[in-house]
Amino acid sequence: MAEVLVLVDHVGGTVRKTTSELLTIARRIGEPSAVFIGDGYDAAKGVLAAFGAQKVYRVDAAEATAYLVAPQAEILAQIAGAASPAAILVASSAEGKEVAARLAIKLSSGLVTDAVGVDVTDGAITTTQSVFAGSYTVKASVNRGTPIIAVKPNSAAPEESPSSPSEESVAYTPSGASAAAAIVSTVPKAASGRPELTEAAIVVSGGRGTGGDFSKVEAFADSLGAAVGASRAAVDAGWYPHTSQVGQTGKQVSPSLYVACGISGAIQHRAGMQTSKTIIAVNKDPEAPIFELVDFGVVGDLFAVLPDATAKVAAAKG
Amino acid sequence: MNIVVCVKHVPDAQGDRTFRESDNTTDRANVDGLLSELDEYAVETALQLVEADGGEVTVVTMGPDQASDAIKKALQMGADKGVHICDDALHGSDAVATSLVLAKAIEKLGPVDLVVTGMASTDGTMGVVPAMLAERLGLPQVTFASEISVADGAVTIRRDGDAGSQTIRSGLPALVSVTDQINEPRYPSFKGIMAAKKKPVESWTLADVGVGPDEVGLGAAWTTVSSFAARPPRGAGTIVSDDGTGADQLVAFLSERKFV
Ligand SMILES: Cc1cc2nc3c(=O)[nH]c(=O)nc-3n(C[C@H](O)[C@H](O)[C@H](O)COP(=O)(O)OP(=O)(O)OC[C@H]3O[C@@H](n4cnc5c(N)ncnc54)[C@H](O)[C@@H]3O)c2cc1C
Ligand SMILES: Nc1ncnc2c1ncn2[C@@H]1O[C@H](COP(=O)(O)O)[C@@H](O)[C@H]1O
Repeated sequence: MAEVLVLVDHVGGTVRKTTSELLTIARRIGEPSAVFIGDGYDAAKGVLAAFGAQKVYRVDAAEATAYLVAPQAEILAQIAGAASPAAILVASSAEGKEVAARLAIKLSSGLVTDAVGVDVTDGAITTTQSVFAGSYTVKASVNRGTPIIAVKPNSAAPEESPSSPSEESVAYTPSGASAAAAIVSTVPKAASGRPELTEAAIVVSGGRGTGGDFSKVEAFADSLGAAVGASRAAVDAGWYPHTSQVGQTGKQVSPSLYVACGISGAIQHRAGMQTSKTIIAVNKDPEAPIFELVDFGVVGDLFAVLPDATAKVAAAKG
Repeated sequence: MNIVVCVKHVPDAQGDRTFRESDNTTDRANVDGLLSELDEYAVETALQLVEADGGEVTVVTMGPDQASDAIKKALQMGADKGVHICDDALHGSDAVATSLVLAKAIEKLGPVDLVVTGMASTDGTMGVVPAMLAERLGLPQVTFASEISVADGAVTIRRDGDAGSQTIRSGLPALVSVTDQINEPRYPSFKGIMAAKKKPVESWTLADVGVGPDEVGLGAAWTTVSSFAARPPRGAGTIVSDDGTGADQLVAFLSERKFV
């Protein structure tokens, strides 16, 4: 069976959940081979084996992580050249999509980004994407070269399939243009203790309606074990960090449950949350467009509803 | 400094965006279009850089006739000249083909110090053209800038990634994409609107940029859209007015759906 390359998305060896989803999808297409670039492999190893990687390509070269994006594409192209994979899967994050973009040009291969579903019938891969702020669903397939597919988090339920992958060390020296945009420094994101926004099963977001006080939103999120998101209005006002922004120019999330609190539901916000499976809103204004999307809505003051609901969720959980 | 800004003309997100039944491509004819809002940040970035250091801003767009509106808006904001690549063969082009045409056009324009783009188009929202352009042009890729400075022949940006906030630096020339965090795009002034009328706009065909009609358009797309469907309208949800029992009903809904 042909290999399917999966670019491991990790921070210092802590593997993101998306990677286990990608490995699960890869198994439908062929034999998953994980490509691990950077430090921390020992921490990552267990997860890659648990989700069925048959092989791991390891790239330790310091140059691989010293420059933005370009080296990762170059490494994947190098490995693909030798392995002739049936497909290449990456996480559909901003960076993952950029890696995929460069790789598509290098390999003269078709590219699908933002896939929310990957179906395999008789070896043929069809992807599902959600476009125009979630108002349309599009099915597409790659007709040239090696399909390169950037898959959004929460697009497949990760299924374990223990394996003992073989390891291959890959030597890498960046070419001229790949060693140009130097990563001078990285300030790690402050840990919130909450789940990662794009991976979370539940997201509770606050908007301008919080008036800058996110404590009620956070408390409700914590009662549900949820990640906290924010609208751009809340981010622009400086109430919440931009890394928590949900929407067209923030993160696109697709959790099982999305709770919008004090958010009107502008098209740019919807673009980041409309594919959530269940949607709830709490908003004072019965005319707020967010109510067009909801499975359940409360017309009311979030400062009254959320604390009450937080207490009741806590009580229900015992 | 010589700066090229790539801008896209897109269907208005506030209107009803749809597809053409005949070939599953984005309907660009029957809708109101405008300069992609996210590209206004790119134009503003370029204008601020030349206002500080001198130089010239050229805006480039690829698209149908109406796409010239996007150039017009950028010229009204203050860009110096425009290039519109327009050719019937371009219909249905994907990001791969778009990046090819833009790369050839940029090469034809001659030496540049910076190519500036938006972070993503508001219609396709792939956010891949900038990386493809960098790959094709062999330029350092300095993308998703939420802060930028250019000094001593180098560009430095802040990029807020998933892992944290990065500082990226590269020599010039380079390709930069900017986010909506980077600045506040200006509105065209009356003077700007009048001045724009006299600014040069060149119209180029595919032949002018040296790309064959078989390399672009729907036929050359490396991905095929097999179908599209409007998302089924969400079943009308339950909406309650908070009369003091709003939280109770909310929690009841959560437990019914097994979230608690
Ligand atoms: C190029 C571009 C990109 C953009 N990208 C994004 C993006 O990525 N993400 C994003 O979110 N936006 C984005 N926007 C902005 C978007 O258009 C809206 O302006 C924004 O989403 C509004 O945020 P909001 O809903 O919090 O604020 P508002 O629209 O002001 O809504 C606040 C809501 O809170 C309600 N409210 C007030 N007080 C209370 C209370 N006590 N209890 C309950 N409800 C209350 C009000 O009824 C109102 O409905 C973008 C805009 C542009 C032009
Ligand atoms: N047809 C086009 N003409 C000019 N610039 C474009 C075009 N398509 C994309 N771009 C540029 O590439 C950026 C990202 O677009 P995309 O990859 O389509 O999301 C946009 O913000 C523009 O700066």
